[in-house]
Formats: sequence, structure tokens, C-alpha cells
Amino acid sequence: MLTSILIILFLAVIIGLVLGFSSVQFKVKGDPIIEKIDSILPQTQCGQCSYPGCKPYATAIAKGEADINQCPPGGEAGVRALAELMGVEYKPLNESHGITKAKAVAFIDEDTCIGCTLCIQACPVDAILGAAKQMHTIIEKECTGCELCLPPCPVDCITMPEIKEDTENWKWKYPVYNINKTDSNKPKVSH
Amino acid sequence: MNLIDKIFKFNGGINAETKKNISTSMAVEKIEIPKKLILPLRQHIGNMPKIKVSTGDYVLKGQLIAEADGNVSAAIHAPTSGEIKSIEKLLIPHPSGLPDYCIVIAPDMKDQWIKKSSIDWKKIGLDQTIKLLLNSGIVGLGGAAFPSHLKLGLNRTNKIDTLIVNAAECEPYITCDDMLMREKSEELMKGIQLVQELLGAKETIIGIEDNKPEALDKINFYINKKSSITAKVVPTIYPSGDAKRLIYLINGIKIPKQKRAAEYGIQMFNVATIIAIYRFINFGEPSLSRIVTITGNLHKPRNYEVLFGTSLKDLIKKSGGQINKNNTFIMGGPMMGFKLPSIDISVTKTMNCVISAEQDMIEEKNEPLPCIRCSKCAEACPVELQPQELFWFSKSDQFEKAQNYNLFDCIECGCCSYVCPSNIPLVQFYRYAKSEIIADNIAKEEAGIARDRNDFRILRLEREKKERAERNAKRKLESSSNDKSKLIEEKRAEIAAALGRINKDEKIK
Ligand code: SF4
Ligand code: SF4
Ligand code: SF4
Ligand code: SF4
Repeated sequence: MLTSILIILFLAVIIGLVLGFSSVQFKVKGDPIIEKIDSILPQTQCGQCSYPGCKPYATAIAKGEADINQCPPGGEAGVRALAELMGVEYKPLNESHGITKAKAVAFIDEDTCIGCTLCIQACPVDAILGAAKQMHTIIEKECTGCELCLPPCPVDCITMPEIKEDTENWKWKYPVYNINKTDSNKPKVSH
Repeated sequence: MNLIDKIFKFNGGINAETKKNISTSMAVEKIEIPKKLILPLRQHIGNMPKIKVSTGDYVLKGQLIAEADGNVSAAIHAPTSGEIKSIEKLLIPHPSGLPDYCIVIAPDMKDQWIKKSSIDWKKIGLDQTIKLLLNSGIVGLGGAAFPSHLKLGLNRTNKIDTLIVNAAECEPYITCDDMLMREKSEELMKGIQLVQELLGAKETIIGIEDNKPEALDKINFYINKKSSITAKVVPTIYPSGDAKRLIYLINGIKIPKQKRAAEYGIQMFNVATIIAIYRFINFGEPSLSRIVTITGNLHKPRNYEVLFGTSLKDLIKKSGGQINKNNTFIMGGPMMGFKLPSIDISVTKTMNCVISAEQDMIEEKNEPLPCIRCSKCAEACPVELQPQELFWFSKSDQFEKAQNYNLFDCIECGCCSYVCPSNIPLVQFYRYAKSEIIADNIAKEEAGIARDRNDFRILRLEREKKERAERNAKRKLESSSNDKSKLIEEKRAEIAAALGRINKDEKIK
């Protein structure tokens, strides 16, 4: 009798320890489904989805409050990935939220800038440098191209030039063949 | 039969016509200093180097003009003395046909060296030597252009037992390494000894295809029974010159996917790279020139030794121009190379060979047909992949599946395309899929940074809000504190005193 009580007590303690330990050790950061949705979103943080950023949109999708086709920067591929993750049918991008544009980064015409700092306050990723009454610059690498800095600028000195193709970001294109009929011997060039 | 004679044949590969004799009948011709040198900043794998000169500067031969940016990068030096004419975007040897940053030098024809000094590497130690090599500008001259200091530095984490010298030169048409071995064998052997010592390797095996008997004779002249250097003849099977294939041919060691040879005690260098390292350590000469094969459909195909930056167009002219004027040129070999969008470019560290295309290379005479699942491609694949599956997944943008089928282990050797009876340009699809996946990964990485910065900003705004609230609260608190009331009291007293004085004055009046 006593031994069985002891065994049960012992087991209870062990299981309790294991559970306690694993709840600390394997604690999930945030809601896993929101994290998963957020990892698909492009993080442009532009708010075109009508939420104040990607995370809030992800949360809304997870709660079933928002549709999966509201993010223009994510484009068609983004909607497809979301559809697969959520197990719902793909649908084309809802154009009332905007259309997918080529990636661009903001550029400040430093001669015109009056240093009002309004753009800094608008930038969702702190990619603009500058202090009051001083010329401002964009940290090109950090800029997501969200365009949120455009409307606040009182002198309209920010533009959004598209990122041009160069030897670094160039990609091999999808192969297209010439269709010819005659036969010949190899070797041929396979590229 | 001892191990040295045994050859371990890898899976697949092809036996194509080598067409090497086209360009080996004449000795390497050294090209005089041209009137203009165009040096692209991107000539290697890794970061673009940092420009160290400005327009109008006078530079000496061997002077550093662009410095390695970080560890995975390579420097660029002035190939001769002269003036920096401009730094601008010009066409470079790249399949995109897009311009990129170049330094343009107008040589003064004096060919004046900077002060050269040899490196006593035993005295300064290996670490210091590798640091110097970082700015030697030496990269793999076999075509891959991987910075050499990285390969030499690796033996600090992995013990290297064997140096394998890649003298296979397996692609058809290319003969620059063959000619280099024929003409510079003595320097090569000295270089091999040096690199073997730098690596701390016990032995060196030179892997050479059996289609280069002249070069082999020259090398064998320097090899004696007692030396730790041996030459091993491998059969002419393309792609025997691929690093992992050559190691297997020679040693029978199969380096698994995603592992490096160094982890198995092996390091490999190409013959031209070995000579470059030798010249840097022994004479203090950085990487300034190379041998390039100009061959194919030309009147006088041959090999040239040229300064980096020399115009390719001039070399083609020197070779008598095209016999059949089709204006199509391929850089690298016919199997792995790419069509040059323009020949208005200069010779770079990666340019081992330029082929003026024969007619049958450009006419896509065979109409690509659907895949018939014959699995000929799998039989030919030296990496033992399943090219037909990779093709299907790449074609239909199923990139994750393509990766699960080890797309990134594909060496783009082209054996599969070569044997495919349906004439499908398989490698084109793999290149497409690979670059899409790479771009996607970069976008993911950037998104990660943007996410972190946005999270940080939200935290910062919250913190600032809190701080502002705290400050306001404190101010309120302070205003109600004794200090304030004391101040007011003092002020009141002063006013009272002043009023008192006025009253006094009035009384006096
Ligand atoms: S629309 Fe903009 S803010 Fe909304 S999820 Fe897409 S990138 Fe993020
Ligand atoms: S909003 Fe316009 S004017 Fe004001 S700091 Fe930014 S760029 Fe300059
Ligand atoms: S060789 Fe060509 S046709 Fe045959 S399985 Fe491979 S891709 Fe298909
Ligand atoms: S190109 Fe890739 S898939 Fe085709 S044979 Fe070579 S390694 Fe195999």
C-alpha cells in the first residue's frame, strides 16, 4: 500500500517537473499561426492591406477578420503561399488595396529638403537619417519602399525610383526555345 | 596494381569531341601593352572590392587600385603603369549583358613596377601570409574565380594531407592550362612545392587527362621517385575536372553533398592559380595577367598571355576574325559556358576561354520535344541526380521540390542536356530555378531585417511615450514640491520689500 502511494507520488513529482520544465523550455514565442503568416508577408510595412503593418494584418488573417488577398507588395506569389498555409482557395489580389509594383527605394533630393523631420516620423523601419533643420538621407539598404514618407513631405522632395536590374540582382530567365525542324549532330550549346 | 594506377570511375559523364588541337598548334603569344585597359571591379566570387584611386591618378604596375572588401573578396591591381582615365559603368563579361563598375587605365607604356618584395612566409608565419594574400588579387583561374586566400587559410581548421592539382581541363576547346603546363612547367613545379608547404600537405597529386601527353612529359621531367609529388593520368571523360569528380577519380573518395574537400584533408588548386601564388610569394607580384584560349570558328585560333583589362575584340581581330561571320561567341567551354552578349569587353580573371561559335553550336536544329522519361540524363549525370525530375520541378516553378531533389548540388555540367534525346535545354531550367530561389532567399532575409526594424521602432515609440509620460508626471510633481513654493515665497518677499521701499520713499517725500 505504502509503496504504491510512494510510487504514485514519485511519478507525480517527476511528471510535474517534466511538464514544468517543458513549458519553460518549449515556450512558443507569440502565436505560431500569426508568426507563420507574418513570415510569408513581405514586411514592406506599407499599410496598403488597411492594417497598420504586416503583423497586424497577419493577426487579422489568423482571426479570420481579413482576407488573404489584401497585400499588394506580396503579389500573386504571396497570395498563393497564404492560400496554401490557410488551406483556402487562391483568389486574385484585391485591387482596391493597390497593385503590385516593382520594388523601389525612396530617394531624398537633398538640395530641396528643409529638414522638417516629418518623413522620419512616418518611416516604419527607421530607414531615414537626419536631425531637425538638417538635410535627410535614406539608408537604401533598410528602405522597404513602402511610400509612407511621400505624403508627409511638405516640399515633395522624396521620389521612389525603381530598383534597376544590375549584374548583382540579375536572374537567369525562364528558357524559351526556338522551334526548328531539321536534324543535326551534336554537340550543341545547351545554354 | 597500386593505388596510384587505379582510377575510380564516376557515374555518367560524356565523351565529347575535345577539339583541343585547334588552339594548341601555336605557342602562347604574349600580347604587348594595349592602349587602354578596362578592369571590372567584379571579377571574382564575393564582395565587390573598394576603389582606392580616383580619376587622374598615376599608378604603377602592380599598385593596388581596389582593395578586398572583407574576407570573401579579392583585390585588383594596375596591370601596368599609367593614368586612371575614368571609373565608370561599362560592359563586363556577364551573361546579362549589363554594365558594371570598371576602372579604366591609360598605360604610359613604361611598364614601371611598384617596389616589389618577396614574402618570407616562414618567417612572418602563415596567418600573416594569408592576410597578405587577401590583397594579392589571386582567385581561382580555372574559371570559378574563388578567392585563393580562403582556400589556403582553410587548413587551420582542417588538416590538409593532400594537395590535388587540377590539370584535367576537361571541357572541349579549352587549352590554356595545357599550354601553360607545356611552357611553364618549371615554375609550376616550384609553385606546387610552395603551395604544398603552405598547406602543410604531405603529398601532391597532379590530376591530368590523358589527352595532354606533351604537358605530362614536361611535368614528369620534374618528378622523381623520391618526391612527394606524383602525376596521375585520368581518362578523358567530361567533367573529370570538376573538383569532386577529380578527387574521386584520383583517390576514390566520395565527398558527400554539402561537404567540402578540405574536411577530408584534401585541397585543390588549378595550375594557373598555383603559378600566381608562386609569383606573389616569391617575387611580390600580384595577379596581373592570365592565359586565355581564343578558339573555334576563327582563322588563327591560339592562346594569348594578356594583361587583365585587355580588349577581347582586339584578341579576336588578332586571331584573324571569324571564318563564318555569325557574331556569336561563348565564354568558357561549350558545355558550361555562356553566350557573350557583346565582345566589347575585356579579359578578366574568369576568362579562360572564348569560343567563336561554330555554326552547329548556334543553330538550335533539334526541336525540343516533351520529356519521354528515358532517364538517359540520370545515367549521364556525374552527380547522380535525377535531371528529369529537376527539370519537371524547375519548369513548373516547384522550387521547394527541386531543392528536395538536390538542385543546388547540380554543377551545371550540361551532360544531361547533351544526352537528352528530346533535346531539352535542361541546364537553362536549372539556372533559372537556382536564381529564382536565390533571389527569394535574399528577399526573405531583407524581410527579416525589415521585421526586426519595425519591431524595434514600435518598441522605441512605446518607450518614448512612456518616458514622455514619466517626464510630465515628474514635472507636475516638482511644481507642487517645496522648492517651487519656496521660490514663490522668495519672489513674494522681494516684491514686498520693493513695495516697502516705495512706501518709504513716499514717506520721505
Ligand atoms: S500590404 Fe504592406 S503592411 Fe500590409 S501586409 Fe503587405 S507589406 Fe505588410
Ligand atoms: S519630409 Fe521632406 S523636407 Fe521634411 S525632412 Fe523629410 S525629406 Fe526633408
Ligand atoms: S534525357 Fe531528356 S527525355 Fe530522357 S528522361 Fe532526361 S529529360 Fe527526359
Ligand atoms: S547539369 Fe546538373 S543535372 Fe545535368 S548532368 Fe550535370 S550535374 Fe547532373
